[in-house]
Amino acid sequence: MAFLLSMEGMTKQYPGVLALSSVNFTLAQGEVNCLVGENGAGKSTLIKILSGATQRDAGTISIDGDAVHIASPVEAQRLGIGVIYQDFKLVPHLTVAENIMLGSEPLLGRSPIIDRAAMHRSAAEALRMLGEEIATDAVVDGLSVAQRQVVEIAKALSRNVRILAMDEPTAPLTERETENLFGVIRTLKARGVGIIYISHRLEEIFEVGDRVTVLRDGRHVHAGDVHAIDRRGLIRLMVGRELENEYPRASLTPGEEILRVEHLTSGRVTDVSLTLCRGEILGLAGLVGAGRTELARLLFGADRRTGGRIILEGKEIAPASPHEAIEAGIGLLTEDRNKYGLIMQMSVRENISLASLADLLRGPFVDRRREDAIARRFTEELRIKPPHTEAAVETLSGGNRQKVVLARWLNTRARVLIFDEPTAGIDVGVKYEIYTLINRLAERGIGVIVISSDLPELLGICTRIAVMCEGNLTGVLEAAEATQESVMTYATHRQRR
Amino acid sequence: MTSSRFSIVSRFSGEFGIGIAFVLEFILFAVLSPYFFSPDNLLNVSLQASITAIIAAGMTFVILTGGIDLSVGSLVAFAGIITTGVLKSGLPLPAAFLAALAAGLAAGALAGAFAGFCITRFSITPFIVTLATMTILRGGAFVITDGRPVWELPEAFAFLGTGRILAVPVPSIIMVLTFIVSHIVLTRTRFGRHVYAVGGNIEAARLAGIRTNRVLTKVYVLSGGLAALSGILLASRMNSGQPNAGLSYELDVIAAVVVGGTSLSGGKGSIIGTFIGAMLIAVLRNGLNLLNVGSYVQQVIVGAVILLAVMVDQLRRRHG
Repeated sequence: MAFLLSMEGMTKQYPGVLALSSVNFTLAQGEVNCLVGENGAGKSTLIKILSGATQRDAGTISIDGDAVHIASPVEAQRLGIGVIYQDFKLVPHLTVAENIMLGSEPLLGRSPIIDRAAMHRSAAEALRMLGEEIATDAVVDGLSVAQRQVVEIAKALSRNVRILAMDEPTAPLTERETENLFGVIRTLKARGVGIIYISHRLEEIFEVGDRVTVLRDGRHVHAGDVHAIDRRGLIRLMVGRELENEYPRASLTPGEEILRVEHLTSGRVTDVSLTLCRGEILGLAGLVGAGRTELARLLFGADRRTGGRIILEGKEIAPASPHEAIEAGIGLLTEDRNKYGLIMQMSVRENISLASLADLLRGPFVDRRREDAIARRFTEELRIKPPHTEAAVETLSGGNRQKVVLARWLNTRARVLIFDEPTAGIDVGVKYEIYTLINRLAERGIGVIVISSDLPELLGICTRIAVMCEGNLTGVLEAAEATQESVMTYATHRQRR
Repeated sequence: MTSSRFSIVSRFSGEFGIGIAFVLEFILFAVLSPYFFSPDNLLNVSLQASITAIIAAGMTFVILTGGIDLSVGSLVAFAGIITTGVLKSGLPLPAAFLAALAAGLAAGALAGAFAGFCITRFSITPFIVTLATMTILRGGAFVITDGRPVWELPEAFAFLGTGRILAVPVPSIIMVLTFIVSHIVLTRTRFGRHVYAVGGNIEAARLAGIRTNRVLTKVYVLSGGLAALSGILLASRMNSGQPNAGLSYELDVIAAVVVGGTSLSGGKGSIIGTFIGAMLIAVLRNGLNLLNVGSYVQQVIVGAVILLAVMVDQLRRRHG
């Protein structure tokens, strides 16, 4: 029997990079084939070719055994190919039904007027197939991320999608929402849809996948049943070498207190008090929306606080802007590096020096020689690829972009550094490098706060873990005695108001 | 090392296309008109270009932050009237000159500061704010003068707009100096870097510790100041303060900046590009004049060239 989808000998050359080199990929009806590999391994390129966003240089694509040519995204859609991207392609001010039926609105007879009743019926039908209850007249803007994702899937489904690629679909979801998504995936499988599942969270692959295809440096290195391989083996295939541990072990000996927060309060944060020591890595755990990012932004002066005190090195500070926080010695590596971290058109060099230009002045001018030296040092030290300090950041892959933002903060004189989801969407190998870096910062006596939704990660690298729930600090645990269960208990510990 | 070559290519690739277009245009007119390439004519072109080009240098900063300043044309008139008004105030001559120049420039800078204040404090889009100040300043110019030009200025004042140093018109010299300083500020100083950062991603810039409100306010002060400088030069050239001077200059200025490759959405562009853009349009007008092309047809051609330049730029970016 022919495969639903068969891609053979996929080759794609970009200026200076061979993104794909004779990669094979197959997908059967009702199957989940997980596509894994490090950043830059070629996963996105493969999906772009499949979705018609870019053209292959060589190779054949067949659907149901018939060779096809996917010249454009419209053509891909006609062939029943759908892609759920990380940033959804929904129109925020339109309703759920309008979004699901966008571009294929049912009309009243031969008039140009939309048949609203039919539109809502069809949209509701698509949602029902997924077993989801979302009001079709709700405006997308007001939906949660998980609901938007469901709308996106329903949209694909209403266009009779047969091949659905999902790029990191669980990245923005809470654990319960992830479970729910897996339910949706099972429903799709039962309907015969073939699913290409891309995720850096390996445990999900074993939970939801049937087969796994591993890419490394644009080459196809493995394809097989998920149950024929274990997590360790998978990592070895992805990285190309044995990783001893997923988390580097450091012997951290926290020093005296460097930061003390007392009764910090804002709209989204309620009466939070905590302390941080020099050389300590404090984890901040909690569900999405628990107020962790908001707390970080308060410390960084990015948002207004309504009450409480921040004491840095024994002196009270009141940062009213990120500028003042940085002057005081606090740095924040924001979540969503693309939106809040990087200036995309600017070069690697300019992005690295952005928060420390004041230290690089000679008279009124930026000292280019020193700036170049710093950029070169960090690209080498952090192994930023490609190693061009003048390359625009927008041409870099996700992991390398994150390294650029890291370099920016490493080059400041911050004594307290807050990392918000530093490894989101980043592959195993680079994650390890980032952990090592965070450890080195702590060893240098910097107080580090790490916000992460990846609990094993927090347990693996932190000395203490503070847990938040609905804006409250519900518990602080020593990492040595914390378990996923104990953290989750605090994370779901609703306080009575 | 490869990275140094990389940097030269990437730094000037933005101006490369427009630069070639400019050279081609130059050759075309030199071939078609014998008078075009004479020193007299070229100096004349630079003089004609100088008033809008100086404003365009300031506008480049504004547009790089993703903003726009529609008030520059009105400011030309307003600053001209303030300057000529102070000149006639009866102060002894040297003091009157200094006071007049200072007052004119200060009027521009203050108008810019006011626009910047409205944009940053009340989060009103630059288009709306400067549309309002454009109307207010134009109205103000008419109110102050009661609609009549300010005449009978001290003779020495005419030097700024009509004088020559070693045959080169004074406004042309001021224009070149303005562009050199602007280029250095934009490429070498921290403020210049911040301008690009704010235009590229204002929230990321703020979270990197940049005081984005200050940067925004400064670019409008700069734009206002340079518009005022042009206004003073124009008043000197016309030997009068005219309340209807500089009408619709903002459009010529924006055209020069955009033709020069600066993105209206901010973050990308350069002073060199703006200079070439302003020169390209000035040379076009001059060349068409020399070829006796009628002024109605000229407008059509200039508009088409602006559109063409931006189209080619877009295509190049998409495929580059």
